[in-house]
This record gives sequence, C-alpha cells and structure tokens, in this order.
Amino acid sequence: MSSYLHHPDRVAALVQDDRVHRDLYLSEEIFALEQEHLFANIWIYLGHASQVPEPGDFVAQDIAGRPLLMVRQPDGAVHVMYNRCAHKGTQLVTDECGNAGRFFRCPYHAWTYKLDGAPLGVPLKSGYEGTQLRACDSGQGLSVVKHVKVYRDFVFVRLADSGPSFEDYFGEVLGAIDNMVDRSPEGKLTVGGGVLRNIVHCNWKMYLENINDTVHPMSTHESATKAAEALWEGHAPSDPKPMAMEQILPFGSGYEFFDKMGGRVFANGHSVLGVNFSIHSNYAQLPEYEAAMRSAHGEERAAEILQRSPQNSVFYPSLSVKGSPQAIRVIRPLAANRTLIEAWSFRAAGAPALLFERAMSYNRLVFSPMSVVAHDDVHLFESIQQGLRAGGNEWVSLHRNYDPAELTQPTLTTNGTNELLMRNQFRAWAKSMVAGMEAAA
Amino acid sequence: MNRDPRDFVAHEAALLDERRFDDWLALFAGDGHYWVPLLGVAQADPFSHNSLAYEDRLLLQLRVDRLKNPRAHSQHPASHCQHVLQPLRIEEETSDAVRLRTPFLYIEARGESQVLLTGTARHHLVRTSTGWAIREKRIDLLNAARALPAIQLFI
Ligand code: FES
Ligand SMILES: [Fe+2]
Repeated sequence: MSSYLHHPDRVAALVQDDRVHRDLYLSEEIFALEQEHLFANIWIYLGHASQVPEPGDFVAQDIAGRPLLMVRQPDGAVHVMYNRCAHKGTQLVTDECGNAGRFFRCPYHAWTYKLDGAPLGVPLKSGYEGTQLRACDSGQGLSVVKHVKVYRDFVFVRLADSGPSFEDYFGEVLGAIDNMVDRSPEGKLTVGGGVLRNIVHCNWKMYLENINDTVHPMSTHESATKAAEALWEGHAPSDPKPMAMEQILPFGSGYEFFDKMGGRVFANGHSVLGVNFSIHSNYAQLPEYEAAMRSAHGEERAAEILQRSPQNSVFYPSLSVKGSPQAIRVIRPLAANRTLIEAWSFRAAGAPALLFERAMSYNRLVFSPMSVVAHDDVHLFESIQQGLRAGGNEWVSLHRNYDPAELTQPTLTTNGTNELLMRNQFRAWAKSMVAGMEAAA
Repeated sequence: MNRDPRDFVAHEAALLDERRFDDWLALFAGDGHYWVPLLGVAQADPFSHNSLAYEDRLLLQLRVDRLKNPRAHSQHPASHCQHVLQPLRIEEETSDAVRLRTPFLYIEARGESQVLLTGTARHHLVRTSTGWAIREKRIDLLNAARALPAIQLFI
C-alpha cells in the first residue's frame, strides 16, 4: 500500500513544529521519494576537484541513486556526466576512479565520447545512415549534469533542471568552506590519505541529526572518555598531550561546555555548531604556521580564520565540515536503513605537515570503522532504527528549547544544546520534499 | 615462554579470541604498534596515507580499558572473535628479531551479526629478556579500502 506517493500533505505532516514521525526513518517509500524529490532537487556534494587533478581523470560516484562521473577536462574545467553509455546503458567505467585518457570508450560496442560527453564515434557508422539516431537522445552523447558548481574546489551538483541557485541554497554557511580553505596560507586544499568508509545500518537523517547533537557525548562516549581520562590522570593541564589525547579528551566535556559553544541555523537546513568555541578550539598552537597565515591574510583576518573552529558545519543534507581539523564527512544515503559515511582528510598548501596529521588522526580515531569513539554512536543509531519499530509512540521528540518564535526566523543563533539545529533540518526536508512533489504533480 | 616464534602468533591470536586483552597488550614492546593500513598490502607507511587503525600502546590501552567499561554501549551484547590462521612463513630472521606473515580469516560476531575479514597478519617480533615482544603487528586486509561495518575488537 502506498501512503505517501502523490500525497505531499501526508509527507508534510510527518514534520511537526517540535517532533517528527518515525516513518521519516523507516519507510522505504519515503526513501524513494527522497531520491526523487530531495536529493535530486537540491545541491549535493559530489567530490573535491583535487580528486581529479589531470585531464581525463575521473571519479565515479552515485548521487540520488544515479551513477555519475566527475571528469577533469583538457581545459581544466570539471564536468559531470551520467555514467551511462548512450547506446544501451553500459557504465563507461566501473573503477571508482582513474584516468580515461583522451576519450571514453564503452566496453560493450565501442562507442566513444569526448571527455565532456560529446559523441565521438560509433563502429559500423554507415549502418546508422537514414536512421533516427541523430534525433534520439542516444545520438547526443552522454547525458550531462547541467547544474554543477565548483566552489573553492568543492564540487556540488543539482540533478533537477529547476531548483534553487547554488548561492541562494547555501548562503552564509559557505563561510565554513571559506574558513577551511583559508586555513591554507596559499588558499588551496587537496584531499590526502584516502577515504575512510563506513556502512551504518540506520537512516541517513539520524546520522545528520547526531552531527548537531551536543547532549549525547557525555553519555554516549562515556566509555571512551573515561578510559582516556583515567590514562591521562596525573598530568598537568599544561603538559603537552599526544595527539590522540588532545583529540579524544574534549569529548568528555560537560553539558555546560556544549551548551555555551552555541549554534546557528540558516535557511534550507544548514547550520554551524560551535560558533563560540568547540572541542577543536584548544589544539596546540603552531607559531610558524600562524606567522605564515598572518603574512598571507594580514593580522586581523588570520586571527579571525584561526579563532573560528566550529564543531561541525552542516551543508544540508550531504556534507559536514570541520575546518580544524581539516576533515569532512559525506553522507551518502543508500536505503531507508542503510547509509554510507565517508571521512576525508585534507592537506592545506603552505601549512605544516602537522595539520594533515591532525586531520588523518582525527578521522582515524573518530570516523574509522575501527574508531575508538564511533562504535558507541553507530550502535545507538542502529538501536534507534530497531527501536522506532516499536508500537505505541510513533513520534520522535525534538522539543528541547522549542520556541514558536523560531518558526519565522530563517537565521538564528542559539545555545549549543538546542534541538533547533535538528528541527531546522526537518523543516528544510519537508519544504524540499513538498516543493518537489507538487512540481511533479 | 614461546621460544619458537611460530607458537607466538597462534598464542597471540588465542588471547584475542579468549578476550584476554590485558595479556594480549602485554605482548607488545614499549614502542610497539598495531597497524591496519587503509591500502592494505600496498601501503608503504602510516603517515602519507591514512589507516583504519594505527595505535601505540597508549591507544591500545585506551581501547582495552574502554572495552571493560560497562558503559561501552556497543558491547551490549559483547563482541567475540575467532582467528583462523593459515600456516605462517618466516620473512626475515636475525638472532634477536623475526618477521612473520600469517594469512588469516577473522570473524567478529555480535548478537545476530557476523563480520568476516581476511588478509595477512605481519608480525615484527623482537627478543626480550622474557621472550618475544611485538614491535609491530600489521594487518593487511584484502579489502581494506572498501566500506566496512564497525570492527570492534582486534584483528
Ligand atoms: S552499450 Fe555502450 S556501445 Fe553499446
Ligand atoms: Fe557521537
């Protein structure tokens, strides 16, 4: 039985002012509607331009269930095409990344395409004379994604023809990418050290909510932080800490710390958690790096960039950025109850190797499948996914610090433990879903 | 104990399978490391590329202590593991150090689910006054860079 297809009103009713319905996490039908109306209609992070440095370099990546190819062009531009041969649909590449050379050649019947997807050649060409191939989509070469934005080397796509512009969609939260890139004295980041990939058996929204959840670390991460504290006991606060200790111990900060770090929400579901400070604020200073930053950006701007180290900046619904350490997480929904999480580390040009080590170490400790911190998170997400099936209460509470005044303010700065950051995500979810469904109707 | 390094590897795996983590950790030299490279056998070092795990004794101790904490939520129910070892090969041997490679299957079970991993364990052992100690235990997984579910114990 279909409950939601062609019923935008029912979809909208899943998100109330201060609570959301469990079907958001459980329903495969809702997931199918998300593929069509959410992930395809707004801007989704595809990858980083430094993954394709040379002409012909490609990365294959599914977005919203569609197989895509990000390709570096001979003129240096980055294009995105569908990874689908115009003839019969064979994927042009099945490696996750590589170099295509000067053109793509389909492995099935050897149709060829330029790096921008334009048709190049077909075998037995004369056999197509007098046919309708030219007029058909199949004669046009690869289908191209028209709406691609490369913002400071972060590549986003919008698959649907219509929808918000990139700037309108992200607005102020783009400052979080600026901050991360500006941490390079040369203004350049490259991905480094590979990507840590986790399969988590929970709904993607649960993972995204948790990125904005500051009340859980005390209880969820107690086992890891208590072990770290016990091991570090007896050291003076000023003792230089091994990097792992520097990165794990702050997870044990109290409710007051997380509340005071503050949060900010923006239109369309985006947010910055830790507008005042965060668990990343007190990493050891690096005087030479700071000097390089001052000479690159000037005294004032350098201080501004370095002082800003939010906990997480969410580019709803696919990307979470940590300017310090230089790491991102990408949320790739696979099914209602299955999500792929990628953790990428960056090297900042002109910055000391220690910054890259911090990014890698943080990702390894916190986001690796062998993390010391994440096992408890993952277990609880998977537990929620099961628990929500229970009868009785069909609602998930997001009441903390709810204030009806927030409904009319697209941008708002709040205390760090306010569930507004999550309510904001769901309001954006409902808005995009309903707009997409109504447009399709 | 354990004069023959061949026995050492089986003993080390058995300690993990029996969840005797403190005894296991005691096998490591003071500067010992446990390393699971993200590129598997292709990875040259733990610094230029990331790893699934790269841990010194301090971090390993943290892991072991965490597992003992009743609030280690992900250990309700507890995970158990089984190492199935193939015959090992000596890669290099001097009077006070030896390098061994042991292909293995590793199964980690928890509740209804089981994780199956396979690869080659590479032990770099050094001789101490009390027997062999681990300077490095390196695990080259067959599919290290692919998306994985949580791995909670020690491969
Ligand atoms: S399917 Fe690609 S050439 Fe036939
Ligand atoms: Fe967490």
